[in-house]
Amino acid sequence: MKHTIKELEDIASQIRRDIVRMVHGCQSGHPGASLGCADFFTALYFEVLNHKTDFTMEGAGEDLFFLSNGHISPVWYSTLAHAGYFDKSELATFRKLDSRLQGHPTTHEHLPGIRIASGSLGQGLSVAIGAALAKKLNGDKSYIFALLGDGELQEGQNWEAAMFAPFNKVDHLIASVDYNGQQIDGPTSKVLALDDLQAKFEAFGWHVINTDGNDMQAIVEGLHYAKTLTGKGKPILNLMSTQMGAGVDYMTGSHKWHGTAPNDEQLAAALAQLPETLGDY
Amino acid sequence: MKKYTYTEKKDTRSGFGAGLHEAGKKNENVVALCADLVGSLKMDAFIKDFPERFTQVGIAEANMIGIAAGMTIGGKIPFTGTFANFSTGRVYDQIRQSVAYSNKNVKICASHAGLTLGEDGATHQILEDIGLMKMLPGMVVINPCDYNQTKAATMAIAEYEGPVYLRFGRPVIPVFTDPDQKFEIGKAWMVNEGTDVTIIATGHMVWKAIEAGEKLAELGIDAEIINIHTIKPLDDEAILTSVKKTGCVVTCEEHNKFGGLGESVARLLTTELPTPQEFVATNDTFGESGTPDQLMSKYGLDAVNIVEAVQKVIGRKK
Repeated sequence: MKHTIKELEDIASQIRRDIVRMVHGCQSGHPGASLGCADFFTALYFEVLNHKTDFTMEGAGEDLFFLSNGHISPVWYSTLAHAGYFDKSELATFRKLDSRLQGHPTTHEHLPGIRIASGSLGQGLSVAIGAALAKKLNGDKSYIFALLGDGELQEGQNWEAAMFAPFNKVDHLIASVDYNGQQIDGPTSKVLALDDLQAKFEAFGWHVINTDGNDMQAIVEGLHYAKTLTGKGKPILNLMSTQMGAGVDYMTGSHKWHGTAPNDEQLAAALAQLPETLGDY
Repeated sequence: MKKYTYTEKKDTRSGFGAGLHEAGKKNENVVALCADLVGSLKMDAFIKDFPERFTQVGIAEANMIGIAAGMTIGGKIPFTGTFANFSTGRVYDQIRQSVAYSNKNVKICASHAGLTLGEDGATHQILEDIGLMKMLPGMVVINPCDYNQTKAATMAIAEYEGPVYLRFGRPVIPVFTDPDQKFEIGKAWMVNEGTDVTIIATGHMVWKAIEAGEKLAELGIDAEIINIHTIKPLDDEAILTSVKKTGCVVTCEEHNKFGGLGESVARLLTTELPTPQEFVATNDTFGESGTPDQLMSKYGLDAVNIVEAVQKVIGRKK
């Protein structure tokens, strides 16, 4: 372990503070799933991923991460800043004119850490597979990580990719699903039920594991365990249960905070629950 | 003064296959992907020599575009292959976000474009793809005119860094460009110098323009014929130089008149040199089943239609 669980939890607390402040600062954006995935991003970037903050597009010899559900950009931007990709002061520009921190992540403004645009849903798994195929051709045994939203799995392209990866033995790929059961119009169970995702992916030929995405110890262990499953002919799917809005009591578990910014009062209430550990931007 | 020599008949898609094979020999980063149309796209030679650099994605074009975009991150130069309809309209958002907006070095190679796909009918005959692709910021759009030019274009785009749409076709058509040509993206080819009218043609319509030019000569009309193989970026200078001389223009394309080459030329001329222009293109319509020749005739894309357009546009000169 590079960090203790407590240290990682402290980082996640700062990232959560940044998320609500960023979304409040521009009165737009998506706090719910950003908060829900703060623990995952912390575990990934501060414990699991073999990466360099001296960013190159190719990332030869490095593990690569792809975010498919690009609307949770606040959590990624804060994570990248605290990991050292760019100065955290830039977080104040989120969603504002002339910012590199666009509403959805993009390479267009050359923000270090981002390798492809995402936001229009359902495309990230295909991209991650392509990056994995290129690594294989280059003899690079690094890992490819991806994060997909659960509602996003309603997009058909995911299932084209889900069919492709096991058939072609793309087995250095670890895709996590942010399984929070919520989407814009309500619970996924009411909008378009995903039903038994584990059985669905297993039927497509994936090795599926389950983790608690809001338990730091569980995520770190889950992602390390996922790595041990690679190289055996199957892609890995980490079905990661999370709570939308985790860490802020009044946002937790509700789709209403999918894409709503807190007002001044709500911001203060949120920050009171999230200790400042690394210093606000 | 004509600058072409008719040799034989070949399909442009075979030119793509040959060019892909050559590009693959030259650069080991060139990779190919196909959505269950290897034979139609003439990818066999590449696959035979570089099996590890070929990815069969099955009938899943959206996934193909995403995978191709991802492969560029590892330094690969992916050439995706399927019919033009499935290369563009079906996967427009994937191209828009993962390729164009992300500025990925993907070469979207599209066969069976336009009416000349023939008997399969309108579901497969896209006449809107040039418009779709040229509207994407940063996308290069190329529609070569014969086997040799398609081969040269395929090799050239492997050396160009950035997203490209390469459009070609199904039927065998005359081969008349130089087999050893150097293809320059964005550089028009002067097919025939003339003084009375500028005929600007792309793709399969270039040979039709040549046929029209011969008929026009019999009528005493000296037509300048320019091949615009690169619709974007457009060779503004070549077009303006010619039109300054001739004072009128006819554009020819196997594509809807909305959004195609003709509109690109019209945009240029309206801002720089307002000039009478006629369009030889399909007129806001889908195609239908039939032989390529029957369809080109029915939808007004024959040499005779170009001749008529030239006579009309010359009459509009002040």
